Amino acid sequence: MTTQTVLEAVRDGLAEEMRRDATVWAVGEDLHIGGLYGQYRGLISEFGPDRIVASPISEAMIVSAGLGGALAGTRPVVEMRIADFALSAIDELVNQIAKARFMFGGQARVPVVVRLPQGMVTGSAAQHSQSLESWYVHVPGLVVLAPSTAADCKGLLKSAIRCEDPVIFIEPRAIWQNTGEIPEGDHCVPIGEARLVRKGGDVTVVTWSTMASVAHKAVEACVETGTDVELLDLRSLWPWDTGAVFASVKKTGRLLVVHEAVQVCGLGAEIVATVVENVHGDLCRPPRRLGAPRAPVPFSPPLEAAYRVSQQNIEQAIREMVAP
Amino acid sequence: MTDIDNNNERKRALALHRTMLSIRRFEEAAEIAQRDGEIPGTLHLSIGQEAVAAGVCSALEPADLITSTHRGHGHSIAKGASLSAMMAELFGRVTGTCKGKGGSMHIADFSAGMLGANGVVGGGLGIAVGAAQGLRVRGSEAVTACFFGDGAVNRGPFLESLNWAATFRLPVLFVCEDNGYAAFTETARLTAGAGPAARAESLGIQSMVVDGNDVLAVADAAAAMVERLRREGGPAFIHAQTYRLRGHTIADQGAYRDAERHSRQELRDPILLMRQRLTDWNLSQDVQRLQVEVETEIAAALVAAREAVFPEPASIYAEVQDIGAPA
Repeated sequence: MTTQTVLEAVRDGLAEEMRRDATVWAVGEDLHIGGLYGQYRGLISEFGPDRIVASPISEAMIVSAGLGGALAGTRPVVEMRIADFALSAIDELVNQIAKARFMFGGQARVPVVVRLPQGMVTGSAAQHSQSLESWYVHVPGLVVLAPSTAADCKGLLKSAIRCEDPVIFIEPRAIWQNTGEIPEGDHCVPIGEARLVRKGGDVTVVTWSTMASVAHKAVEACVETGTDVELLDLRSLWPWDTGAVFASVKKTGRLLVVHEAVQVCGLGAEIVATVVENVHGDLCRPPRRLGAPRAPVPFSPPLEAAYRVSQQNIEQAIREMVAP
Repeated sequence: MTDIDNNNERKRALALHRTMLSIRRFEEAAEIAQRDGEIPGTLHLSIGQEAVAAGVCSALEPADLITSTHRGHGHSIAKGASLSAMMAELFGRVTGTCKGKGGSMHIADFSAGMLGANGVVGGGLGIAVGAAQGLRVRGSEAVTACFFGDGAVNRGPFLESLNWAATFRLPVLFVCEDNGYAAFTETARLTAGAGPAARAESLGIQSMVVDGNDVLAVADAAAAMVERLRREGGPAFIHAQTYRLRGHTIADQGAYRDAERHSRQELRDPILLMRQRLTDWNLSQDVQRLQVEVETEIAAALVAAREAVFPEPASIYAEVQDIGAPA
């Protein structure tokens, strides 16, 4: 085991895959100086400018480079800088990358990883903070991942690069500097499996990405006051681990889904609906969702604080759910 | 010209004519089959534009790649896609190039280096440039040609892909197949400036404007550009001025068209022009032989398409994705 930040872990994960497979390459803005956050630092000196491609600010073309590169037999890793900017390439993501394999009758495989550093960081406001993972989960053809820990970010990035399907890889940009233990060796995390963060019997909390770290603190506080919470970090949003969620709900009878995205039509709605359809008999309370209000992310600190799903919001929801 | 040169020239001219005839007869047959209810959906026909596809693809090797447009039958045929698999695709059959999942707008034959037609105007530009970037990672010397229409030059991906290809000196041949109309609107009405080639030149991309109804002129331009791409890297740009003799879709009667211009262009049908040239070269017999050959191939493709089965409904779920596929 070594201890690394999320940022260091994903940098090493990409470098390991590029060493392992000469067809893996990365493309995005400012990659020659390590990318916006430093998650590509040092890679250009090892792999050169043909495999660490520093691009113009041309989101549609950046994503197209990934698609075209995949169709030409390579495995591109596409950097979008901030998740919001992918909206300038939504035709390329939704109409082209997601559908190429199907509409060409299986002639094409599109092993592309599209990296979306996503979520709120202080003062980033409406166009640099959105969480739109439920959009991508809605689109057939895409695998959607949203890990939260250093080990999972590294292990799922490596699995994503080896995946034959296009992967939307949502990264928790607010917690790049969180540290965690990284297993030695070729650490790959299987796609589609939730991480059981804490075992418990009273209430099931399902979450992912940055919210997993916030929810973890809330759960610890509730445990201290006697509520036995089970916490699942979904990690993989499509496919998501229905087995783990169903099993947990069967045990606790209570489900709370927490996400940073707007609550309306967020992924929480899909998870709750799926649970209700399949294991409603095991529920002793109506399932709940916690998400952002249906408003753009605001700038001013008090507005931002009111907008966020906070540790306190999560604690309160858990307490309400176990109240007699 | 020496005798051998002459022979080569004749062979080349006949091959180009044959490609144009294949495209024309394929599309005419498809047009009838669509009207008869055998082909579902609409068709975007390239009748009148065959010289661009035939001329450009004559300069490419099998390992070279192309991307295409929603009007992509001609590009596919010229790059070597199977006529019968293409026809079966239009009929929605399991033997189609895309197993019946794509249809006319998503015709593709990766075995021929044809990376797909595209339902989005300008959709193929970035894919072509990305493919060239991928070929560079693989150390391949192949070039990529990218067909797009005059309507695409007003979309953002046009700028993004041309700038990118020029910046990275990627061997991409951009081919603006200008048929005069962006859907139901005369393109010139809504396009500023001195034209597509001027836009490319403004980015430092070497450009040529050619008569897109003269297949030999297109072939010569493409050969010169592709040779330069292989020698020096790229990109390069061809503005091929042609004319769409049919509507935007099969249902479009073209009421918005200038009648005089249309009549004039009918006389400049690229196949008529080439047939006249071949007749002048005393090659009428060869032309007739080619017509019979092509007719036979198209008839066989139609029979094969009609006899082929439709895909099983369960195949909806196949080839969506491996991980997280619906059960």
